[in-house]
Amino acid sequence: MKDLFSRSLQTTIIFLIVGGILALALGGFFSSASNQFTGSLVSVQTWVSTRVQALQDFFTAPRDIASLRARNAELQAEVSQLQAQVIELQQRVNETEVLRALVDFSRSNPESTYRAAAVIGRDPSPFLHYVVINRGSNDGIRRGMPVVTNQGLIGRIDAVIADAARVQLITDPAASINVHLQNANTDAVLMGSVTGDVTLDMISQDATVEPGDLILTSGLGGGYPANLIIGQVVSVRSLDVELFQQAVVQPAVDFARLEIVLVITNFRPVDISPLVPTTP
Amino acid sequence: MRNLIAFPLIALAVIFQSAVISRMTLLSGYADLLLILLAGWALQPQVRSAWHWAFVVALFVGYLTKLPWPVTALGYFAVVFVAQMLQRRIWQAPLLAMFTVTFIGTMVMHLLSYAALFVAGSPIPLGDALGFVTLPSLLLNLLFAIPMYTFMRDLARWVYPGEEVE
Repeated sequence: MKDLFSRSLQTTIIFLIVGGILALALGGFFSSASNQFTGSLVSVQTWVSTRVQALQDFFTAPRDIASLRARNAELQAEVSQLQAQVIELQQRVNETEVLRALVDFSRSNPESTYRAAAVIGRDPSPFLHYVVINRGSNDGIRRGMPVVTNQGLIGRIDAVIADAARVQLITDPAASINVHLQNANTDAVLMGSVTGDVTLDMISQDATVEPGDLILTSGLGGGYPANLIIGQVVSVRSLDVELFQQAVVQPAVDFARLEIVLVITNFRPVDISPLVPTTP
Repeated sequence: MRNLIAFPLIALAVIFQSAVISRMTLLSGYADLLLILLAGWALQPQVRSAWHWAFVVALFVGYLTKLPWPVTALGYFAVVFVAQMLQRRIWQAPLLAMFTVTFIGTMVMHLLSYAALFVAGSPIPLGDALGFVTLPSLLLNLLFAIPMYTFMRDLARWVYPGEEVE
């Protein structure tokens, strides 16, 4: 009984002492000592923590690099895919712009009916200026039909198969078109060349032709409808000793960038060859 | 049987020529892929079908071009003729033979085209034809000649296995 009492007394005394110390500490009486203690504790914990973190990094880093590499490859693939999509969309935007221009052109020229076609190839011979389009007799395309873009005349159908046609460009050396110079109010003949340059010939010496004059088809000869834009005069060569003036022409169409063209399907060329007098 | 590769290969080359090579111009000239393909093929010593290939090339190209078919056929047959003649004489230097055939073939083909256009009534100034078309085309053909020769050599080994002539 006495032992039990003395043990309880010891416990009570210990609790009182610890409680007193705690109360003193909470009251700020041990601030310098507790600061030193907690400071050392934090230092030790920091040291241990950094070492543990380093060890953890050492063991887990290879796995992270592998996953990062995989992720990087995934992202690179995604970037490539998106870049391809951007290029495709950009191409579609360009096509849409071309088509919109062609639709505007066909709306502003309602007297003709048009059939749009894509340029899919060129003549294998560099001496000839022909392109191949992806519309043929199945689409109502016939030989002799004029072919235009929203910028102006590019040529006419030379040969047709079921699903494709060959177009002779106005730049072809064999091309010859009757044209009208709007400002000078005179007619002339437009001729292509092997270099792709276009020139005017047979301009009357009486006509006053100046650079910038607009050139349109005249409709003479029945090969082309009238008033299709061809280009502008760049320079004029006039010599007194020659019968006619000549001029260099800047075509309205950029023949290096032909993509989509319009075939005028309601025009039928007139064959005037029986009316041309033959020499006896 | 493996010689039948000529049809898809030549068809592909014609499409490539018309859609791609014809847009890669130097002045007004561009390379003739079919010509150098034929030259490369005809120069392979084990090849015995060069004339057939020339016929197929002429058939495909004649279908596409405005030039009269006999002109293109004659031009490509001339390429094979020159190639086989040179192949027997300078077989030790195949690349030299390839360049020579390409040079002569291009000149013959352009001369025939020029003559055909002249006869058809659309004469071209000779200076323009030479300076703006023939010489640039020749340069491009010579540039394509080496890779084409290598390709045709590998193809010949595949078509004629075990018949390689050293």
